[in-house]
Amino acid sequence: MSKIVFQRTKGLTEKEFSYCPGCTHGIIHRLVAEVLEELNILDKAIGISPVGCAVMNYEFFNCDMQQAAHGRAPAVATGIKRVRPDNIVFTYQGDGDLASIGTAEIVHAAHRSENITVIFINNAVYGMTGGQMAPTTLVGQKTTTSPFGRDARLCGEPIRMSELLATIPGATYVERVSVHDPANVRKAKRAVKKAFEIQMKGLGFAFVEFISTCPVNWGKTPQEALNWAKEHMINYYPLGVFREPKEDAQ
Amino acid sequence: MAKVMMKGNEAMALAALKAGCKAFFGYPITPQSELPEYLAKHMPKYGGVFLQAESEVAAINMVYGASGAGVRVMTSSSSPGIALKQEGISYMAGAELPAVIINVMRGGPGLGGIQPSQADYKQITRGGGNGDYYVIAYAPEDLQETVNVIKEAFDVADLYSNPVMIAVDGLIGQMMEPVDVDMEVSKRELPEKTWATTGTQGKRPPVNINSLYLDPLNLEKHALKLAEKYRLIKENEQRYELVNMDGAELVIVAFGTMARIVRSAIELLSEEGIKVGLLRPITIWPFPEKAFNEIPDSVKGILSCELSTGQMIDDVKIANNGRLPVGFFGRTGGMLPEPEEIVSAVKAMLGGLKHE
Repeated sequence: MSKIVFQRTKGLTEKEFSYCPGCTHGIIHRLVAEVLEELNILDKAIGISPVGCAVMNYEFFNCDMQQAAHGRAPAVATGIKRVRPDNIVFTYQGDGDLASIGTAEIVHAAHRSENITVIFINNAVYGMTGGQMAPTTLVGQKTTTSPFGRDARLCGEPIRMSELLATIPGATYVERVSVHDPANVRKAKRAVKKAFEIQMKGLGFAFVEFISTCPVNWGKTPQEALNWAKEHMINYYPLGVFREPKEDAQ
Repeated sequence: MAKVMMKGNEAMALAALKAGCKAFFGYPITPQSELPEYLAKHMPKYGGVFLQAESEVAAINMVYGASGAGVRVMTSSSSPGIALKQEGISYMAGAELPAVIINVMRGGPGLGGIQPSQADYKQITRGGGNGDYYVIAYAPEDLQETVNVIKEAFDVADLYSNPVMIAVDGLIGQMMEPVDVDMEVSKRELPEKTWATTGTQGKRPPVNINSLYLDPLNLEKHALKLAEKYRLIKENEQRYELVNMDGAELVIVAFGTMARIVRSAIELLSEEGIKVGLLRPITIWPFPEKAFNEIPDSVKGILSCELSTGQMIDDVKIANNGRLPVGFFGRTGGMLPEPEEIVSAVKAMLGGLKHE
């Protein structure tokens, strides 16, 4: 008798992902979907799709979804959660969406400690529009709008959203994780689970930043991209917990 | 309930509560701030949500979320703030979400001023944001009518799953008038919001609130579906009032505060034996084109009177379709005309017409 050791989570639909080979959106989608299933909250979850590569993730997550304007997902999530406090509301946003055009919305959602879960994907570029410079692009990193490499004198140092949000009293939980190897994938899943449990307990704003990859726009193979994330991204964006509820503090 | 004296902004807020509004998201801006202030105080008694957003942009996106979750929701602002909300309004029109948006108009462009204005007419009646869409827009002339159309607007928004704007000006917002907020208004039979994101509760497949159609054929189908809805709205929702039309020599087209000043001008003119009618749009989108069929043969010309440099006049000309000469009188920037100025404009136009 054979035993099932792995199968598709009920948190995902049958729809094939639209992501490029080697992009870690797929892994992160699966982690979020597995957590929704394991916490038994899939049937009361309402997700917010961003603008960017994940714009069509309303086709992937097997729960109610709303698609939001660029950067506005935390405001849309606020509107939903305030009128439906018993539902589980999450946003899934990239770095162009959350760290650039949507800074006001994310800062104030944290500031009000909206009882929502935010999944933030940081791959240091605008992926969907073709690899332009993001606020998170590393110094010296070449993109289509920083063809000579990001110049900090002209464009500033990359913005660290987790550290920034961690200064806000309303940010209940802020953690940065990575999915560049299996051990980190497991750690990342624990963070996602915690971020949803915090919402279930009504403790307020929970934020998980993922170091992600964009092989196509980075001009790298999937493996090179994972290595680059590990060597360069994590060097500038250190992994770890930046804020957590008092009872959970070590 | 008998009429009581209320400030316009507060009466509008109370009307929304009476209409079953369960959520309000807004941002302070003159001359509408008493409206959110009233709701901050009274919304809890009605079991609803009041939230002051970080910006107009955030407020309208909160409205998007709450409306998508199936709840009666409203926002209010004034001209520059409404300009900021256009992104969200376009998304709501695209995703077919109902909401009531109150625009207590002030002078522009830019920061403009804070006095009454109708200079946002084109923005309101042409959609305002990107894409092929319209918002249904009421432009009432006094507080009682404003309260009544707000109560109806929630039904109309739900019926067509489309944003509805209440376009008043700072005068209606700030003035105190006797008003009966419990006056009966017509109710619509409303479809169930089966599209709302409430969580599947394990009982149905997931739903999605969305305005994205990457395949142009699908986007065209969606645009045509919206166009058919707008055609129905034009057919069924034009609203207007005709005053003093019998034997009129000239018809003035005016809405909102301007229409009230025109009423005084018409009285002054009639004392001089000059018969002038008023065609008063109550909806500015759909524009009441039907009303123009009721203009009698005695009328020699149409005068569009506006609190702008001339915006509605384009719609007047389209509805008139070349039948009669069309003139314009307006004050703008927050200036309100004396009735005598309108009397002079009418006489000038009639004089000119006699020479033709």
